[in-house]
Amino acid sequence: MTAAPRPLLVVGGGIAGVTAALEAAEAGRDVVLVERDACIGGRVLRNHHYFPKLCPPTCGMEINTRRLERNRRVRVLTGARVTACREDGGGYEVTITHAPAYVTERCTACGACTPVCPAKVKDPFNLGMAEVPAIRLPHPHAWPKRFVLDRAACPDGCHACRDACTYEAIDLAAVERTETLAVGAVVLATGWDPYPLERLPELGGGRSPDVISNVQMERLAAPAGPTGGKILRPSDAQPPRRVAFVQCAGSRDVNHLAYCSAVCCLASLKQAIYVKEQLPDAEVTIYYIDRRAPGRNEEMLTRVAAMDGVRLVKGKVAKVEPNGAALALRLEDVDAGRIVRAEADLVVLATGMVPRSQDTSVFATVIDEDGFAVERPGLAVAGVAHRPEDVAASVRDATGAAARACIAAGRSA
Amino acid sequence: MERLGVFLCSGCGIGEALKLEGLTAIAEELGAAACRTHPCLCSPEGAAEVRAALDDGTVGGALVAACSARAKVEAFAFDPTRHAVERVSLREQVVWSHPAGDEDTQALAEDLLRMGYARLAKAGAAKPLAEAIERTVLVVGGGLAGLTAARTAADLGHPVVVVEKAAAAGGSLAALAEVVPAGPPYDTLHANPLPGLIAELTANDGVRIFTGSTVASITGQPGQFHVTLATPAGEVALTAGAIVQATGSRPYDATRLGHLGYGASPNVVTAAELDAMLAAGGLKRPSDGAVPRRIVFIQCAGSRDPDHLPYCSADCCSATLRQIATIHHSHPEVETAVVYRDIRTPGQLERFFLAVQQQPGSLFLRGEVASVSGNGRLEVALRDTALGGDAALEADLVVLALGLVPNSADGEAIRIHSDAVRRAEKGESETQREEARKVAAQYASHQGTEILHLDYRQGPDLPALRYGFPDSHFICFPYETRRTGIYAAGTVHAPMDAAAAAEDGAGAAMKAVQCIVAAERGEAVHPRAGDITVPDFFLQRCTQCKRCTEECPFGTLNEDEKGTPQLNALRCRRCGICMGACPERIISFPDYSVDAVAGMIKAMSVPEEVEEKPRILALMCENDALPALDAAATLRRGWNPWVRVIPIRCLGSTNIVWIADSLSRGIDGVILIGCKSGDDYQCHYVRGSQLAQTRLGNVQETLQRLALEPERIRVVELAHDEFARVPEVLDEFAATIEGLGPNPMKGF
Repeated sequence: MTAAPRPLLVVGGGIAGVTAALEAAEAGRDVVLVERDACIGGRVLRNHHYFPKLCPPTCGMEINTRRLERNRRVRVLTGARVTACREDGGGYEVTITHAPAYVTERCTACGACTPVCPAKVKDPFNLGMAEVPAIRLPHPHAWPKRFVLDRAACPDGCHACRDACTYEAIDLAAVERTETLAVGAVVLATGWDPYPLERLPELGGGRSPDVISNVQMERLAAPAGPTGGKILRPSDAQPPRRVAFVQCAGSRDVNHLAYCSAVCCLASLKQAIYVKEQLPDAEVTIYYIDRRAPGRNEEMLTRVAAMDGVRLVKGKVAKVEPNGAALALRLEDVDAGRIVRAEADLVVLATGMVPRSQDTSVFATVIDEDGFAVERPGLAVAGVAHRPEDVAASVRDATGAAARACIAAGRSA
Repeated sequence: MERLGVFLCSGCGIGEALKLEGLTAIAEELGAAACRTHPCLCSPEGAAEVRAALDDGTVGGALVAACSARAKVEAFAFDPTRHAVERVSLREQVVWSHPAGDEDTQALAEDLLRMGYARLAKAGAAKPLAEAIERTVLVVGGGLAGLTAARTAADLGHPVVVVEKAAAAGGSLAALAEVVPAGPPYDTLHANPLPGLIAELTANDGVRIFTGSTVASITGQPGQFHVTLATPAGEVALTAGAIVQATGSRPYDATRLGHLGYGASPNVVTAAELDAMLAAGGLKRPSDGAVPRRIVFIQCAGSRDPDHLPYCSADCCSATLRQIATIHHSHPEVETAVVYRDIRTPGQLERFFLAVQQQPGSLFLRGEVASVSGNGRLEVALRDTALGGDAALEADLVVLALGLVPNSADGEAIRIHSDAVRRAEKGESETQREEARKVAAQYASHQGTEILHLDYRQGPDLPALRYGFPDSHFICFPYETRRTGIYAAGTVHAPMDAAAAAEDGAGAAMKAVQCIVAAERGEAVHPRAGDITVPDFFLQRCTQCKRCTEECPFGTLNEDEKGTPQLNALRCRRCGICMGACPERIISFPDYSVDAVAGMIKAMSVPEEVEEKPRILALMCENDALPALDAAATLRRGWNPWVRVIPIRCLGSTNIVWIADSLSRGIDGVILIGCKSGDDYQCHYVRGSQLAQTRLGNVQETLQRLALEPERIRVVELAHDEFARVPEVLDEFAATIEGLGPNPMKGF
């Protein structure tokens, strides 16, 4: 009789982490899933639609949350981070730090607290593009369906939310706490951040409100976004007539990110469809180095290239600057073999993906020269933590990473 | 279930918006064994009351009238083998979406309570399967994906059998010395891991590899697949728990790309032929054996071409870079030129691209190839080049980076063909036989393409999605093929490069192992993973109409000679599509049945015509439409109070008797809301919405015959994120129904 294997630790509750946790748990393993945000879903839930099917990410996440609810083998810790880790022979001993639970599990999501909250914060779910009360449901499909409180935004001495709560679910004096766990193996699924716009001042990043990133564009198109799904120029809340997509904004550029971020071409093709569906008369131009639409994603490229009012221009955009109410672009048009100037009302920078290596360092992870984590026995890596890739590939290799973690943690009895 | 308890929650505004005494009175009227109210039923204290009543036998089943069944799931999760529990969504479907204290709001709550009670009354406890399960994983295909799957399953503690058609395992990459980097450093070739992998598996006693072998037949179901292999030593019989299909791909037929000169000159070769040449240790021009001075690689040979392969094959760019790196290493004097449309090296492979690009003698030229001509020395004519206009390149050797074609068989197409052949012989009329002959001719090319030889009513192989890849929900759930327990991996699964194929093999092995573990526990796999209910077929009343066996999306049902369905419960995914298809209503689950939903419809109050309050039934898919409705309620968006929602597992589980019952009871309109159908379907059971549309189409014809307006029935497709639209859909339907006036069947 052998002892039950130790649980697996999955770090990160985005699509890769949730998948790895579920695949292992449904194969009979105990799993602890740690997510730093208050709810799971990570980057994917901030997308309006997935390419190439143009379907909402919440649809697949609905099935995944149902799988989590039904499966007692996964313990989901949201608002938690791994803050220490040491190898102990049987795997790892990890310290998990839980953010103060100002809103506890007793929360029913009744909503009585939000109207009485006097403080406003920039909405992190909408990437700061809207203001929301400090206490709120993070988004309409949040799981766990529980309110969050940005305690730092509370006015001194305010306890209006606590008074409004009938269910004793608000603990304004909550403190951070830690717990220690022995785990058999780890799956790192710490995901990515968008390359910051501010690092691309030559492309107008941070210099004009009408130069936005591709992840912001997703929020503009989404029904739960800051504009209720309407694509509007941030500066004047008007629909743009000319939209320019600048590919490889940061990627494939040794001064920024030497690698290709793998999803930006398809993201822009998808977003061109968002624009044309809402604003049929808008002119859309996509400036690219290579159009990277591997596999059956080629369909998206074929579809968009054939759309009226959409142009794909091979050329590297060198400069974007405000020009009156519009934006002026300067680029090398490779097909025409000359420097070209163009104008747009809204510029979308197809910014790349930067791995969150700050979240992997606690595991003494080896990272490659681009900051992506390298797998070792006992420490499997899934999703964009190890390479830039799309959702489908993240899900596939999260499943494989779950297998390798199960193997490292020992065979089941 | 008997002795039903009603547990009312008064929290989240329910107590303020509704007269709870009205609900309590209904519970008493219905004969509830207990009716309790709690100020916060989902709190540990509230849930404990429900649990205690179930545990001490006060009640046999619990009706929790509180929030949506999608909220606070863990608080109300009780042992399904002992207790039945139903939820009534008083919060989302009543008080968050309708005015407080209103007469219609109260009527809605009372109706939902009656309906929930009726459903609970028909519910039974689940009896899980307990079958003997074989743990062996069968891997069909011994290339990189298959062998990685084999190693993963073996390392997870499962016996493995690998079947490889060729004389040796290893597949298309086996002979290479070096491969594209799958990890850092990314700017150089890496040693080929395949020889080591083959040696490791050969030495593993838990892994049996049959080369020169194919699958002769497979019967049974997950956990109990009975497999016969055709091997050089004769037939081998074995039992497997789950199957990984990693049959790989083959290059596109180069002779179909006439303008590229293949066949016209011996110096035009395929990438696979160049690999063979390099593996044999010689880089030679076929015409004279001289080392070529300049090699031109033509990318997208067959790929990204609507006349050939519309998709990008995903592997050819990095494979060409690998060949160039290999050649420049052994023959630094050889010049290479790549003619391409887009170089596709995602992720860190960009570094590999840069490294190859920077090698002396390495040229990359964007353009389209117009023709390849000449015999000894070749001329590659280009158009639309990055240099502007036409150009030409001289070459001693031209290499075609051919696209990949999956080694798959379309099980559904094979089935259609064999059915048509049978009908062409035995059809009842000459018209039928003639029609069948046409279908048979159309599908003739699928004859003899079988790989898995499944003894399934719905065909001998996985059904294919577009382009012949046997995939299904390829974004969120890429391993969900439509045959339970059989998982595709590698280039047969989707176009992908070698590193991705290896990763895919590991993932597919995980799913195979998971399927075996689930079978051992008597649990369903995705998407209702963990469900321990099993459908019951009351076969004494079966009329052998075969609708269930034809419509099951997962090939669960076989037929005996008479056409009676034979359930293979371990293949079942619990969608209820068979239940919706059955005209005799003989298929049911303990917690979901035609009878239970019919009971809910019967429990609805239907106001008299004079009250001028129509009654509308909304059958809503619990996967997408219902969550959208919950989100609308969360945002406090209201909808018409005449609508009564019944959540269903899949639109495809809709039995038309529900529609008939509704209309004959005087219900004024029925709306079905489900997931998107078509090529980009979002239905988790593949074609539920499509099946519902077809069934409803037939009903609408019947309505017209009965002089009832077909507009009283509507099917709507709605996505999970369309929470703003779902109230509009319901309101608009209610307005249509009001415009039509009362159902003339009222009062009959």
